[in-house]
Amino acid sequence: MLKLATLGDLLHGAGITISVSALAISAGIPLGLALAAGRTGRNPLIRGICATYSSFVRAVPVVTFVMLIYFGLPALGIGFDPFPAAVLALTLNTAAFNGEIWRAAIVDFPHGQLEAARAFGMTRRVAFWRIVFPQIWRASLPALVNEMTLLIKVSPAVAIIGVVDLTRKARQISAVTYEPLPTFLSAAVIYGLVLLMLVAGARWLEKRLAVRPGFA
Amino acid sequence: MTLRFDVIWKEAPQFAVGLGNTIWLCAVSMILSLMLAALLLVPLTSRRRNLRRMAQAVVDAGRCIPFLLLTYIVYFGLPATGVVLNKWSAALATLVLYNTAYMAEILRAGWASLPPGQTEAARAFGYHGLLLTRRIILPQLVIAVGPVIGNQLIQLIKDSAFLSIITLPELTFAANAVQSYYFIPFESFLVATLLYWALCGGIEALVRRGERWASRMRRAYA
Repeated sequence: MLKLATLGDLLHGAGITISVSALAISAGIPLGLALAAGRTGRNPLIRGICATYSSFVRAVPVVTFVMLIYFGLPALGIGFDPFPAAVLALTLNTAAFNGEIWRAAIVDFPHGQLEAARAFGMTRRVAFWRIVFPQIWRASLPALVNEMTLLIKVSPAVAIIGVVDLTRKARQISAVTYEPLPTFLSAAVIYGLVLLMLVAGARWLEKRLAVRPGFA
Repeated sequence: MTLRFDVIWKEAPQFAVGLGNTIWLCAVSMILSLMLAALLLVPLTSRRRNLRRMAQAVVDAGRCIPFLLLTYIVYFGLPATGVVLNKWSAALATLVLYNTAYMAEILRAGWASLPPGQTEAARAFGYHGLLLTRRIILPQLVIAVGPVIGNQLIQLIKDSAFLSIITLPELTFAANAVQSYYFIPFESFLVATLLYWALCGGIEALVRRGERWASRMRRAYA
């Protein structure tokens, strides 16, 4: 049986998983929006850079990307501790996927509304924040939450640079107690609960938005 | 500081072996999990509600587990139950198990999205059983889920990098081996990531070509 102290250790690991993921998500969503703005903007050079970045990062495994940042970048004179390196790698990764979601929403945005806003004398910036953004973030919410769950599921990649997240904690505990199955299965249940809470929270928010369209 | 890509060139065979292992492991597991997922489709689309719900719960639970944790369960956990796998069979088992949950969900969603009128019309023309599946349902299903399967294959390739942690000699492991031997981490991991980029880009291009072919066929027969 799993001891209570072991469960406490696992929950500590879960705390690290959640904080790494939460930091990456909160930085990655606005960064993704910036990427989408770059890709749908007027400057062809910025468009190209953003498109290349997005294509590259989305094709690279997170484990390999984490290693490139933690082990590789110091060779260029840019070094990080494991935790910031983990957050940075996950942020850069999730930003690329969020960028695709934001871009799809921007491309789908009805052009007439933007023209109407411009006709009323709004600048591009004002039109974006007052007309476009309040609509696209609602449209993108389900896809963004889906990407959050995917990020939490690849977050064990940070274990490879020594960040003791839930998965690595479970591995450490099982190496000491020789009870791998109960430990790993408990960790799996914790992941399931975290994802379940996230999805349930998003559903609740979506329902609220459907009832009160003005709520922002 | 000088970047030493000449060392990478010298170690090209090691990268090639790693890339080759990544490709065949993912390709074989994709084929195996497609077959398993097709079998899972029977309970997933069953008319018995309890059976359907149970199968859906198993698939949903499977999709909640991170790949690395599943690798640990298979490689370090199963020996406690008497099932001892070497790293190759553990890697293959993990890839198949993990991917089957996603493939089952993809096939189920594709199945649910098929217009029922087609099947009804085929039945009215006397199609039934295997012939109905082969001539009417399967071609539509393949066209509907083909692109999604391509994306899932890319996902699988990316997840397979976790297998380097159980020292399976795939691409990321090869990059790590080269970088720790010569101490050229930046060059080594950069080349590995570029190879992944090329591989996934190639799959994406194939999927696009397939989609174009499918729409051409649809136009030709419409």
